[in-house]
Amino acid sequence: MAEQLSVPTMAEMLANGEQPEVLFWVGCAGSFDDRAKKITKAFVKILNKAQVKFAVLGTEESCTGDPAKRAGNEFVFQMQAMMNIEVLNAYEAKKIVTACPHCFNTLKNEYPELGGNYEVIHHTEFLKSLLDSGRLTIQGGQFKGKRITFHDPCYLGRANNIYEAPRELMEKLDVALVEMKRSKANGLCCGAGGAQMFKDAEPGNKEVNILRTEDALETQPDIIAAACPFCNTMMTDGVKNKEKEGSVKVMDIAELIANAEDL
Amino acid sequence: MQYIDNILFLIVLALGIAFFAKSAKKIIRNIKLGQEVDRTDRTSERWKNMTLIALGQKKMITRPISGLLHIIVYVGFVIINIEVLEIIIDGLFGTHRIFSFLGTTYNVLIGSFEILALLVLVAVFAFFARRNIIKLKRFIHNDLTGWPKSDANYILYFEVVLMSLFLIMNAADRHLQLIGYTHYPEAGAFPVSSFLLPIFEGMSPGVVALLERSAWWLHIIGILIFLNYLYFSKHLHILLAFPNTYFADLDAKGKFTNLESVTREVKLMLDPNADPYAAAPADAPATKFGAADVTDLNRVQLLNAYTCTECGRCTSACPANQTGKKLSPRRIMMATRDRMVELGDEIDKNNGQMPQSTKTLLNDYITPEELWACTSCNACVEECPVNINPLSIILDLRRFLVMEQSAAPMSLNAMMSNIENNGAPWQYSQQDRLNWKNE
Repeated sequence: MAEQLSVPTMAEMLANGEQPEVLFWVGCAGSFDDRAKKITKAFVKILNKAQVKFAVLGTEESCTGDPAKRAGNEFVFQMQAMMNIEVLNAYEAKKIVTACPHCFNTLKNEYPELGGNYEVIHHTEFLKSLLDSGRLTIQGGQFKGKRITFHDPCYLGRANNIYEAPRELMEKLDVALVEMKRSKANGLCCGAGGAQMFKDAEPGNKEVNILRTEDALETQPDIIAAACPFCNTMMTDGVKNKEKEGSVKVMDIAELIANAEDL
Repeated sequence: MQYIDNILFLIVLALGIAFFAKSAKKIIRNIKLGQEVDRTDRTSERWKNMTLIALGQKKMITRPISGLLHIIVYVGFVIINIEVLEIIIDGLFGTHRIFSFLGTTYNVLIGSFEILALLVLVAVFAFFARRNIIKLKRFIHNDLTGWPKSDANYILYFEVVLMSLFLIMNAADRHLQLIGYTHYPEAGAFPVSSFLLPIFEGMSPGVVALLERSAWWLHIIGILIFLNYLYFSKHLHILLAFPNTYFADLDAKGKFTNLESVTREVKLMLDPNADPYAAAPADAPATKFGAADVTDLNRVQLLNAYTCTECGRCTSACPANQTGKKLSPRRIMMATRDRMVELGDEIDKNNGQMPQSTKTLLNDYITPEELWACTSCNACVEECPVNINPLSIILDLRRFLVMEQSAAPMSLNAMMSNIENNGAPWQYSQQDRLNWKNE
């Protein structure tokens, strides 16, 4: 990509004697997965545009331990947690934003007891606060009137009761938001959670992501909006499986906003 | 001889209550097989949850049809119990319709009991149809073969019998009131049972009085039998829904407990000054990571198991179950209860001492295949109308498989060692974490 992203690290900030407004926790998917890296960049573009003073940990970031914990390996989880907390506390991190609901949930709910107390927010909430405070403005632009359905990530929705922030963002884009037959608290999992992302499914008669993709396709959407890199992967695979990738896109809400602004 | 009825009643009542007390003691003993867990905090939130969810049926109505039917039966059950109070007083003191002095209020009460009884009958028939004629998926699910299926139907039969007896008793009473039979003064309003009056036409008053007494006795005996049947059935929720919603986890559903035993070990590992050869303190309990049996679970999890009424809302919302996997959250609860009861019975046979049990919850009741199918999506927890948490049991069993037995699927072992070695679930170097910036 040609354009330059401004992505300062915490170490650079510290060297300049500065503190960022918010620490952007990129997460493993956001750092390494090709599809999720695009979400990371879209989010950074928005941060740059809104002139948010943020920083990442860069090479000092490590897995939160979430998949190990859900798989049952509390040792690996707590080792990761304690090491991350040491780094975060050394930088005196106060506020953390992340585009991954799994990182979000773990940092927010499971780190405090282990000594990591931060204000943790999901990127959809953060983007909403940027809009509410007028630091970011968006016009409907290219998504005006498009049929978009939103898939609630379990770790954002049921796990943390955040249902409205992503929907309010889409309303700002003037899209035609269509709800699936099961949404919000009744939303169906994409099939990736609980460390399923990293293993084959047990014997059954269908893959969970296919079932969920069918829910989404029933709404005849132009775009399936996601707010989690893992949901994104699962839904993208589901759409491919249904041979609909030509007509239905799976996009993160950060990408929708960045694209609407032609960032 | 005139007190023989009262004495007989006292004996029946005392026996019914005594047997139930014995069962209740066993339930409490079995729940205490679990680990202690502190749920004494945030009392006002707990009371609120109990009031809204157990008393107020808040989560039932998320499914409107079964929710409405259930509320009818629930309200019927609670209100008709006022009638049971009258029956008990009458039985003990040889009175007849002791509350009839309330006059109009009494008429309104009895009248509304009758209407409720009729509504309960209608609801129970609908429930029966949903299970046996319409055959809703969650009721013909293979979790419910054998005893659980019969048990559910027996409870419905019970309800029909109890409500019918109540209406027959009232109808016979009304008949006797109308013909001015002794001991049957005018009392009550009978909007439903009046329709049964033609049955008694032509019968001698003595026979009708005998019918009335029989229905009265069978009604109270039926209630006592039902009370004692609870212990053997899935129906304990009518009592345990209250403590269960009170003691339920109040944290965000996404928050999984941090094992303190692990925290101690990890802190020791990360502490450069720790002596790796130091003996464990003498009072340190033997640590076991995760749960292999009911004794490793906590008491709220075991209370959950007794409270489950096998409605299957959890299983019908479970992504794994909907896609044909073996996992069923309802079965997790049923298996936990079965194992707890089995262990309790073994303790009884072993003179109250903990036996050398040959079985465990993990493997004998719940297989790893079920556990590994869970996506931890919390749909089951969200669905449960009485705040049962099958996910917490699944996680505790997984923890034992992984930390005590190293029995995770191969691919998960690879994921976990990647996290340990390079700080990501995939094999990417931590040094490459910021490469996306320039790609």
